[in-house]
Amino acid sequence: MKPIRTFASRLVGLPVDDVDTDQIIPARFLKVTDKEGLGAALFADWRYDAEGRPRPEFPLNRPEAEGARVLVAGRNFGCGSSREHAPWALLGYGFRAVVSTGFADIFRNNAVANGLLPIALRPAAHAWMLRLALEHPRVQVTVSLERGIVTLPDGATESFPIDGFDRECLLQGVDRLGYLLGVEQEIGAFEAAYATGVSTLPGASLR
Amino acid sequence: MDGSPRSRTLFRKVWDAHLVRDETESAPAVLYVDLHLVHEVTSPQAFAELRERGLPVRRPDRTLATMDHSTPTTPRVNGRFVIADPQAAAQVERLAENCRDFGVPLYALGSERQGIVHVVGPELGLTVPGSTIVCGDSHTSTHGAFGALAFGVGTSEVAHVLATQCLLQRRPQTMEIRVAGRLTAGVTAKDLVLAVIAHTGVAGATGHVLEYTGAAIRSLSMEERMTVCNMSIEAGARAGMIAPDDTTFEYVAGRPFAPAGAAWDAALERWRALGTDAGADYDAHVTLDASHLAPMITWGTNPGMGLAIDACVPRPAGEADVQEKALLYMGLRPGEPLLGKRIDVVFLGSCTNSRISDLRLAASVMRGRTVAAGVRMLVVPGSQQVKRQAEAEGLDQVFLAAGAEWREAGCSMCIAMNGDALSAGQYAVSTSNRNFEGRQGKGGRTFLASPLTAAASAIAGAVADPRPLLAGWEKA
Ligand code: SF4
Repeated sequence: MKPIRTFASRLVGLPVDDVDTDQIIPARFLKVTDKEGLGAALFADWRYDAEGRPRPEFPLNRPEAEGARVLVAGRNFGCGSSREHAPWALLGYGFRAVVSTGFADIFRNNAVANGLLPIALRPAAHAWMLRLALEHPRVQVTVSLERGIVTLPDGATESFPIDGFDRECLLQGVDRLGYLLGVEQEIGAFEAAYATGVSTLPGASLR
Repeated sequence: MDGSPRSRTLFRKVWDAHLVRDETESAPAVLYVDLHLVHEVTSPQAFAELRERGLPVRRPDRTLATMDHSTPTTPRVNGRFVIADPQAAAQVERLAENCRDFGVPLYALGSERQGIVHVVGPELGLTVPGSTIVCGDSHTSTHGAFGALAFGVGTSEVAHVLATQCLLQRRPQTMEIRVAGRLTAGVTAKDLVLAVIAHTGVAGATGHVLEYTGAAIRSLSMEERMTVCNMSIEAGARAGMIAPDDTTFEYVAGRPFAPAGAAWDAALERWRALGTDAGADYDAHVTLDASHLAPMITWGTNPGMGLAIDACVPRPAGEADVQEKALLYMGLRPGEPLLGKRIDVVFLGSCTNSRISDLRLAASVMRGRTVAAGVRMLVVPGSQQVKRQAEAEGLDQVFLAAGAEWREAGCSMCIAMNGDALSAGQYAVSTSNRNFEGRQGKGGRTFLASPLTAAASAIAGAVADPRPLLAGWEKA
């Protein structure tokens, strides 16, 4: 996972509220067994026409979108399916951050797990940034994860909340599995003391 | 547990009992997972991660895999399943390989116990009160019907649980959904939960675990409770739970993996203490009266866009652009009634409504009637066990005689990964849980509804209220 610290980027505006993960990446692209190449399928049903040609009017297909690393979506982003293919596709396309008013819980976890920064802004700031992205697509903003702020071209800043643990993981580019493996002893102790009514499966006998 | 209130909610009791390490300001809690369900779509990259790091599956005895999402539901050919799509075949094969290599029990395609992961867990008695259950699938919330804390996770977290049997979690907030009264004839658990989501909206419960309480919930069967908890995620909730009671215990008793003998007695004692204590606080509340509900149907492109079946398509207001976009996609006009809207397909299935009681409900309306000309109806049982039970009761014959297709078990047209899909522009009444754009096939248009409404609509060839078809029904 690539660490995130501070980066400057143009914005791509996608003025759609409640974007669900079926739109981010439709289910027919989930038959893969790796994470590669999903960027091409990002927003596939909006981005391409019936013949698979890019629709020129779709924000991601406009020339200014080339190289942009921040997606400014409508309100409430990432609801629906738990598919981690959604952040894989966003990262595969080249995004490092998504801006909205809020994120669905599983999407947020999946994004952070992969080094995609979810930036939740208060509604007025979000509306403003979305307008900026749509009307001035060549403008650059600076995202600072260390400081938890987005700096606009005029120097104004907008802060966004981020869990301290998530921030450390993103800044270091470390994943959570390493952390959990470090808890090994406690997990063992918990299991040793654990008495539940949960029946475990008699492993191999099932096959 | 330190810092835990004296009066606790059901959620809090289950949460506390599974804390390997409590959360602090600087780190999330380490939560122990009792049961990890695995399927072919969200697991291959997780197993790959374990291989890369040289890690084993920590508790294969707490892990169970099945195949459901990309598997065919078309009838077997000479007793065998044929997967036409090579990519899907490779994915299914990869799961088999991973389960072999890591010693994870698997109900593969062809097994008598194969089926949709959220149908299989409960019917085998693996889903029990007070447990923590996760799966790389958002509808894991289904299992909360038993008073389990059950939620969906992403593929990275699937790897975490495979390797450590634990997850890093911040403690969510709680929301009580109190449903008073009683459902009236022809109004089902599906209608109830669609009404809840219409009330909260698709993000209204973000960050919360729901607990459904009240007389209407108490009177539901286990399968109905599963339908309700299943769709909690559509309100944005992390999970949905219902306190276990005698209905729960009766359902679990005697199932293949349920505790037995002295273990059962001990379990029962623990389970009876799980309910929310008097005086425990929730962070938020919603109240509804089931007695006033009509059959519900969705008109738009998210599950929160639901209304009573005899209502008209709303005029965009408030977040108007979202609604206008939905109307455009659905090809509907504001003010247009949904009743009588022509449909092309009816899908009876999915982890929301593919259990035996769902099939019985639909069959009760379809017996002696036929699917309207030009309408295709798919009946897809949730598991091989449900399929066998339905066949033993002759329900398959009712559906076949009516002109519907009787399929093998799986997710099928709920997610349209396996070739069962709507064509662009087609309208479907579906008992599944998501009406997002393209969810059931690119360009397909979904009306979510109950099994009763689906059956009535299949017969009418158009969106129809099931109530007039019920025995003894008289319009007040
Ligand atoms: S039936 Fe649909 S919602 Fe349920 S697990 Fe399968 S794809 Fe997901």
